[in-house]
Amino acid sequence: MSTADLVADAVVKRFAEHVAVDSLSFSVAHGSFFSILGPSGCGKTTLLRMIAGFIAPDSGDIAIGGRSMQGVAPNRRPVNMVFQQLALFPMMTVGENVAFGLARRGVARAERVRRSHAMLERVGLGQAAAKRVDELSGGQRQRVAIARSLVLEPALLLLDEPLGALDLKLREHMKIELKQLQAAFGTTFVYITHDQSEALVLSDHVGVMNQGRFEQQGTPQDLYYRPQTPFVASFVGANNRIVGRVTRLDRESVELTTAKGWSIRALKRGAMALDDAVEGFVRPEVASLGRIQAELPAGQPWHSGEVQSLLFDGANSAVLLTETVTRREFRIALPQTGQFSDLKPNEKVLFSFDPARAVCFPARAGAAGQDG
Amino acid sequence: MASVPTRANARQARWHGRFAVSLLLAPAVLWLGALIILPHIDLAILSFRERVAPRQYVASLAQYKIFFTEPLYWHVFVRTAVMSVVATFLTLLLAFPMAWIIAKLAQGRARSTLFILCLIPFWVSETVRTLGWMILLRESGVLPSLLVKLGVTAVPVEFLYHDATIMVGLVYASLLFMVIPLISSLESLDNSLIEAAYDLGANGPAVLRTIVIPHAAPGITAGCIVVFMLTLGSYLTPTLLGGKNSQWFTEQIYTQFITRFNWEQGAAFGFLLLALSTALVMLGLRLTGQRFGDAMRRA
Repeated sequence: MSTADLVADAVVKRFAEHVAVDSLSFSVAHGSFFSILGPSGCGKTTLLRMIAGFIAPDSGDIAIGGRSMQGVAPNRRPVNMVFQQLALFPMMTVGENVAFGLARRGVARAERVRRSHAMLERVGLGQAAAKRVDELSGGQRQRVAIARSLVLEPALLLLDEPLGALDLKLREHMKIELKQLQAAFGTTFVYITHDQSEALVLSDHVGVMNQGRFEQQGTPQDLYYRPQTPFVASFVGANNRIVGRVTRLDRESVELTTAKGWSIRALKRGAMALDDAVEGFVRPEVASLGRIQAELPAGQPWHSGEVQSLLFDGANSAVLLTETVTRREFRIALPQTGQFSDLKPNEKVLFSFDPARAVCFPARAGAAGQDG
Repeated sequence: MASVPTRANARQARWHGRFAVSLLLAPAVLWLGALIILPHIDLAILSFRERVAPRQYVASLAQYKIFFTEPLYWHVFVRTAVMSVVATFLTLLLAFPMAWIIAKLAQGRARSTLFILCLIPFWVSETVRTLGWMILLRESGVLPSLLVKLGVTAVPVEFLYHDATIMVGLVYASLLFMVIPLISSLESLDNSLIEAAYDLGANGPAVLRTIVIPHAAPGITAGCIVVFMLTLGSYLTPTLLGGKNSQWFTEQIYTQFITRFNWEQGAAFGFLLLALSTALVMLGLRLTGQRFGDAMRRA
C-alpha cells in the first residue's frame, strides 16, 4: 500500500445557501492519476481550488503529503496547478515561464536556466525556450503549462480541464501525451473533467462527482462495469435507460416493466420492493442483434424492434431502434465485423441482452418518469 | 430604365465616397490646422525675431539666448519639470490602488459607484475645484480653523502658497486621467494569470512586479504621459494655490505675452516648454521600453 499524497477529510464548502462541496472525503495514492469526473456545476472546480488553496473549506481538512494545509497560502503549498485556459504569462518567453517558479524560490539564474531547459527538453520543446507564448501551437502551450508546474517537482499536480479548449484531434493526442508524461514523471496528478472519456482513458482512479458529493469512486473499469448509482450508470459511458416498476423480484435480479408494458430483466442494485419505481440500464455493447432468433445468443430473453436509423461512426457505430410494443428507443452497438451494416430503416429485427450485465436501481427522486 | 454601371458612374461613386470621408474629417482637420498648426507656425516665426526699433524686426536667436543666460528662467523651467515629474509619480502611486480596487476587487454596483465617485469632481470646472481647495486651505479657511478648534495649532496656519499645496492640487486635478487608462489596462489582465503566479510560489510584491506591472505598462505609460503633459502645461492650479511662490513656467509665458507684451519672448518660452515635454516623454518611453503608439491606444 503506497502512501497517500492527498487526503480530504469531510471537506465542506458553501456559497450562501448553495452547498458546492458536501462533506467530501477521499484520498489519492502517491504516483497515481486521479480524476474527478462530473457535470458542470457539480462542485469539482471548487474542490480543486480548495486543494490549490485559492479558497478555504468551511469545515473539514485537506492534507497534502501528510501535512494539513489549513491556513497555508497557495504559494506555500507543495501543489501546482495547470489552469483551464493554461494562464501562461504572455509577457515572458517560454523559458521564462518555465523558470518563473524557480525564480520565486530564489534559485540562481544559471541553475534556473539549466533546469527549465532540461524540463522543456523532457516535454519535447527544447528549441522553444526563446519563443514567445503566442508563437506556440495549442498542444505546445499545454506542454509548457505542464512543464512550468512540474519543474517545481510538486507533490501534486492539479489539472483543471486543461484539454477543454483544444479541438477534438488535438485533445485525443494530448490525452495520450498526458498519460505518458504522468508515467514518465511519476507525479501524482489530480485531474478534473466533465468528459468521461478523458477520465476513463487517463485515470488510475476516478471519483464521479454530483451535487457536491462523490457518487462513486473506483477504477475506470469499476465505474463502467459496476456502477453503484443510477447517476454513474447514466453519466459514465453510453447507456440505455429504461424507467418502470418492479413486477418480479428475487434475491439477485429484478423484472422491470415500463408504463406501456415492456418487461426486461436486470441485476438488482439497492433495496427495492414490488411495484417500486426503478430505472434499468443496458449498455449498447451488451445487447446483441439478429434478424432471426437463431442469431441471438442462446438462453437470453429476446425482444423485437424496428430499425430507426443507423448511426455510422467507424468503430463506434450503432443502430437506433424502437421496441415493437412500446415504441421505446433502444441503442445497440454494431459488431466490428461489419455484420448488420446493411440494416435499413423500418426493418424488423430481434435483440437480446444478458440480464446479468444489465443493472436496475431504485428510481432517484425527481428523476423518475422522465421517459419510457 | 435600368442603369448600367459605367466607368463614369464608378468614378462618380468613388468621388462621392471620398467626398463623404473628407466631410467627416473636415472638423478635425480644421481644428488641427486652424487652431494648432497655424498658430504654432506663427509663434515659431515670432520666436525667431528680435525687435530692434519700433515696428522693426530682424531674425535672431536672442529670445532663446535670454532663456539660457537668465538664471531665473532656467530655475523656473527646471523646477516646473521636476515638480511635474513628482506630481505624475504621486498621481500614479495614488491612482494605482484606486484603479486596482475598481478593476479587480469591486463587483457590480459598488464598481460603478466607485467609478462615478472618481468622475464627479470633474463635473465641476477646474476653476471652481481649485477655489474649493482655497476655501479649505487659506488661513481663514476650513482646515486651519478646524485645527485650532481641535487644539492642534494655537493660531490658524496658512496652508496656501506652499509647494506641497501645489502638489496636492496638481495630483487631485490629474487623478482621473491616470485612473481611467489604469482601469482599462488592469481590467484586461486575466485573473488566472495572477492565480497562476501565486500558485507557482510568487508572493504579493512578486506578482505585482512580474505580472501586474508588465501587463499594465502601456496603461501606466499612457496615464503618465497625459498627466505629465497636463501638469507641465497647467496654469490655474499652480497660480491659485501657489500664488507668487509657485514659479511655474506657464506663468512666465503668460507674463511675457500679457504683462510685458513681449510676444517674441513668450513664443520662445512656449517652444521651450514644448521641447521639454517632448524630451521628457521620449526619455520616459525609452527608459521603460514602451512605444508611444501602444501607450496612446490605451489612453
